Amino acid sequence: MNSTPYQAPDTAAKTQAGLDSDYQAETDDLLGEKMVLNMGPSHPATHGVLRLILELDGEIVTKCDPDIGYLHRGDEKIAENMHYNQFVPYTDRLDYLAPLANNVAYTCAVEKLMGWELPPRGQAIRVICCELARIASHMLGVGVCAMDVGAMTVFLYTFTEREKTYNLCEQLTGARFTTSYTRVGGQVRDLPDGFLTSLETFLDECSQTIDEISNLLDRNKIYLKRMIDIGTISADDAITWGMTGPNLRGSGVTRDLRKDNPYLGYENYDFDIPIGENGDCYDRYLCRMEEMRQSIRIIRQVIATLPGGSVNIADSKNMLPAKDKVLTSMEELIHHFIVATQGIEAPAGEVYFGAENPKGELGFYINSKGGGVPHRMKIRSPSFVNLSILSHLMPGHMISDVPAILGSLDFVMGECDR
Amino acid sequence: MDPAILFLILTTAVKIVVFTFIFTLPIIAYSTYAERRVSSIIQDRVGPNRVGIPLTLFGAKKDIPFAGLLQPLADGLKAFLKEDLVPAHVRKFFFWIAPALTAAPAFLCICIIPFGSSITVFDQPVKLVIADIDAGPLFVFAIASLSVYGITFAGWASNNKYSFLGGVRSCAQMISYEISLGLSLIPVLMVFGQLNLSDIVHSQAENGWTLLPLWNEHGSVFDAAYWQNCTEQWLLMIPLTISFIIFTTSIFAETNRMPFDLPECETELVGGYHTEYSSMKFALFFLGEYAAMIVGSAIIVTLFFGGWSLGFGLDTAISNMALGGLLHILIFLTKVIAFVIFFIWVRWTVPRFRYDQLMKLGWVVFFELALVNIFITAGIIMLLN
Repeated sequence: MNSTPYQAPDTAAKTQAGLDSDYQAETDDLLGEKMVLNMGPSHPATHGVLRLILELDGEIVTKCDPDIGYLHRGDEKIAENMHYNQFVPYTDRLDYLAPLANNVAYTCAVEKLMGWELPPRGQAIRVICCELARIASHMLGVGVCAMDVGAMTVFLYTFTEREKTYNLCEQLTGARFTTSYTRVGGQVRDLPDGFLTSLETFLDECSQTIDEISNLLDRNKIYLKRMIDIGTISADDAITWGMTGPNLRGSGVTRDLRKDNPYLGYENYDFDIPIGENGDCYDRYLCRMEEMRQSIRIIRQVIATLPGGSVNIADSKNMLPAKDKVLTSMEELIHHFIVATQGIEAPAGEVYFGAENPKGELGFYINSKGGGVPHRMKIRSPSFVNLSILSHLMPGHMISDVPAILGSLDFVMGECDR
Repeated sequence: MDPAILFLILTTAVKIVVFTFIFTLPIIAYSTYAERRVSSIIQDRVGPNRVGIPLTLFGAKKDIPFAGLLQPLADGLKAFLKEDLVPAHVRKFFFWIAPALTAAPAFLCICIIPFGSSITVFDQPVKLVIADIDAGPLFVFAIASLSVYGITFAGWASNNKYSFLGGVRSCAQMISYEISLGLSLIPVLMVFGQLNLSDIVHSQAENGWTLLPLWNEHGSVFDAAYWQNCTEQWLLMIPLTISFIIFTTSIFAETNRMPFDLPECETELVGGYHTEYSSMKFALFFLGEYAAMIVGSAIIVTLFFGGWSLGFGLDTAISNMALGGLLHILIFLTKVIAFVIFFIWVRWTVPRFRYDQLMKLGWVVFFELALVNIFITAGIIMLLN
């Protein structure tokens, strides 16, 4: 009975292609005491298409080699071939767990290039969008992290809340997931009737759910055992690796662009920046929970102080004119035609705008040579930078900690790979 | 042939068929349904509520959904009809034998569980237990420890790193927790002074349940006659409660249920030891897991919660009834189902332990606690005598 030696599919493919330098051979473990485990790109713990090549000594990870790019779509290159407004739907697909916040960050960057400032109502609506997106994103982050350590029920509770944010998005933008709500210089439309009422109902229900999740997890012995002192990132490390968002604040660094570099009138609202002490998974979880509570606080303040007036800037040459005027007046028809075909006329220059997104600092660098399209656009995606610490963070942890750490870093591959 | 032996063989055969195919297998099937329904209630979902009688297939206007009660049949049918894929890289013999090795021990344990007191057939009392042997719990441990082979073989034969990790974990976990499982039971056996499960249940029916001796043949806790006989039982409650906690937790570990479901934890090891299995082979693993859970519940009920006894001092009256033994079976099954629901409830409430934390809990906490517990029990028994 003869049998062919078994080869893993990717090894076999590499051998066939003549690439004999497979990853197993690259380890410095000549005795073969260590096992190389390929986790992903399709694995329940990797939330999408992250691939980790882990070198294991028993159950302990000795080396971690993240492999990204399975979701690369070339968004930055695509941006060079379209008008500024045409790129808005592509930003939905960056951090697809918080599309509203991406829309806002992108259009704010372009408006900075144009030198525009939104009227107060437009800014306030954008703040609502950002904080709603933050709640939605953190809900999923907390729930998925809990699911990765085994508490499946928490995930479904948080997803019920996310479902309600989908309903709000539908009411606000007409789409549940890919919102594409903002345009350069404003929003597609003003808040619909009854939106604020349903938003307030949502906020009340959401704070109850947050407390409920707190009760389930905050003092849960097993959860604490799985999260405390796991994936500890010191403040120095966090700054060195360029981490942002809750992952940075969990390590005890008070850095929040909404406070440090206020945009959209965030300086007018009263809110706290939660920070952690040890920088372990549990601190990051607590940070996210507290940030959701603060977001609710911010939205309540916005609702209380929502100014009237226009939501868009008053620049009839660069904004699409109202539909009834397009169909009745010659000049507006010409404007509509020009804006729709040539895009808004941006000045030459370069600009960087970073917004405090749920996952961290989402930055857009736009290099313009004038005209309707950017010469080059670079997206600084927080997930990409946050994930860079993995190879430093993973070694020494057990294989069961890998999902816990990945869950607590709360990344989105759509944004990481762009 | 001697008519007595013929009678014994015939009644045993009937008992095997009835207990296995009429009681246990449907409970297993419906505990998968209960798992999904109870979890959906816990998680604010609906759960499977559609599979009923498909009358629309025969031209009627509406189906009869029965709240999805036919779901287990549909699941079983699906498992049978799916392609039984055996990957090219597995070790075939062990790959084939592993599911059977997992399911069989769990079913074997059913034979020593007393389902009810006894019924009279042709003027002869028939005990409602398949094998009334004097080594009850020892038999369970001997057989249940065999099921570790199934999981280890599955993990090893699959030739898959995730399955391998799951197999290694479960091997270590089940062996470790068997020790505290065995040790935690010793105080109970010391109190009863025997290993025959049906006699243990009988003495619980007379003297009050192990953990809730609120009533016995002398009356309930409110009667003076009760306290003349039963004061010492309440002192023994201390070690027996500790035993119960350790035993129940170890059963969770032994049956690979949450929070100890490390061998198959989906977020780390995808499917653990059954990653490469499909169709009926996978269903056998599934069946084995639920059978183990039901046998575990049955043993907990038998040892700690009075088995088939109803309590309230009514057991003698029920035994004297014509078919009182059958009523006892119903009481026993009700208790078992309550425990199965408890198992399900725990699974959907708590997170999962890490591998090293699990081993630490088993060897450092439970092992020592169970050991000390034996001495406490011995001390109390000595004090009382």
